[in-house]
Amino acid sequence: MNLPLLSARGLSKRFGAIAACRDISFDLYEGEALAIVGESGSGKSTLLSLIAGALQPEAGEVMYRMRDGAPRPLASLSEAERRGLARTDWGFVHQDAARGLRMNVSAGGNIGERLMAVGGRHYGNIRAAAEEWLVRVEIAASRIDDPPTTYSGGMRQRLQIARNLVTRPRLVFMDEPTGGLDVSVQARLLDLLRGLIADMGLAVVLVTHDLAVARLLSHRMLVMKQGEVIESGLTDRVLDDPQAPYTQLLVSSVLAA
Amino acid sequence: MSARAYNFAYLDEQTKRMIRRAILKAIAIPGYQVPFASREMPMPYGWGTGGVQVTAAIIGPNDVLKVIDQGADDTTNAVSIRAFFAKTADVATTTDTAEATVIQTRHRFPETPLTSDQVLVYQVPIPEPLRFLEPRETETRTMHALAEYGVMHVKLYEDIARHGHIATTYAYPARVADRYIMDPSPIPKFDNPKLDNCPALQLFGAGREKRIYAVPPYTRVVSLDFEDHPFERTKFDAACEFCGSTESFLDEVVIDDKGGRMFVCSDTDYCQKRQAKSQGASEERRP
Repeated sequence: MNLPLLSARGLSKRFGAIAACRDISFDLYEGEALAIVGESGSGKSTLLSLIAGALQPEAGEVMYRMRDGAPRPLASLSEAERRGLARTDWGFVHQDAARGLRMNVSAGGNIGERLMAVGGRHYGNIRAAAEEWLVRVEIAASRIDDPPTTYSGGMRQRLQIARNLVTRPRLVFMDEPTGGLDVSVQARLLDLLRGLIADMGLAVVLVTHDLAVARLLSHRMLVMKQGEVIESGLTDRVLDDPQAPYTQLLVSSVLAA
Repeated sequence: MSARAYNFAYLDEQTKRMIRRAILKAIAIPGYQVPFASREMPMPYGWGTGGVQVTAAIIGPNDVLKVIDQGADDTTNAVSIRAFFAKTADVATTTDTAEATVIQTRHRFPETPLTSDQVLVYQVPIPEPLRFLEPRETETRTMHALAEYGVMHVKLYEDIARHGHIATTYAYPARVADRYIMDPSPIPKFDNPKLDNCPALQLFGAGREKRIYAVPPYTRVVSLDFEDHPFERTKFDAACEFCGSTESFLDEVVIDDKGGRMFVCSDTDYCQKRQAKSQGASEERRP
């Protein structure tokens, strides 16, 4: 299948006088990780909301290839279809794990929720799947009945990832997935994510201001400034040989380890 | 004060019409929560303001009213509501389940099977079964509209994970007519199977939350469960100390400070009838 999984054409969104996104187009293929980088206020998160269907664009459209192979404009989906998609074929990893988890429900319940939402009615099977996923994201299976409030920041983030991947989605949106974690925890999480993306052939849209995270996880990248994409291309090319002056500034501002 | 000081059944006619419209809509869409303009009643929220408004809207001069609270006819709440309608609607009241045409209830379904001539009115504190997991009203309405009920099972999952079995014993969620999921009010789950295919009309009124919903006669009501953890009715190891019933829902009563306990029927009318019957039988035997 040579059609892109998701393709955005001419996306624009204004908030009052501020143009948060201006005429943005890109294609995303299955198994490909796309990073959207830029400083705070550059429109990264707005763009993510536009392609995840949480915001309606003023101009342009997003086409998504459904599981039956037919590309459809996101705007034409009914609310039931869009929510169904978000529950099964998509994942959303928030920076703040508390937004993506049910904090008062056990880890097993958090992971099992999507399975129950798509009709899983066998407790034993749901629990087995939850255990399997806990182990996959490097959390001890014995913690299955503990609520995420008892988890560390890194564990919460990994639990959030497990909760999203349990229905085997094809596309995962990530909003600063490593933000707020200390360096060693970040490194483990990135390692885990890299493995999962490769194993499952996930398409990923990753929003980050951290160029190191983008370099590790993504194949291609968009550099945004004031609502516009000023540079795009393969991640290594953009980071090693930045063309736009702003990108050069961004790359040179990173401290070499 | 004479009953003349009030309109029939306390509420004004416009209000009763408004409530009846909500009731008709609720019957047309089994299990769907219909919003209504709940009125202030001369009793505090939590004492059955929803149930009283539903009863006031459907009761007629020829009706016979029974009111139960936790199965009992003689508790404050039950006595007051019976007296309220005896005064404002001048209707006959009874404690006999079979004799009543309208039964208002809090926390129980009578043990005596109901017939198609009867209406059961439930007092409901929190009508929204999804509230435990989703605090936003806009979101729960969308979930009902799209029949997104996966989260209901998350609650049952948590029960099994924590207690090894489904530990929810009251307000046990059920699916009505294969569509809406409903909170059957805080009745014990022991009573849930009685809602299924019941010949009587069942109306649910939540006064503070301003919602009315209904289960029409002979409607399918299925309690939620897992394939490997099916719904189970509460079972008791004891029999009622007064009437010896092993079929009814029992209350555990502490009788001293040395750990003494006894089990008695929660449905007082059912229990008294059985006692009278066995007494009558033993008296017949005596001569």
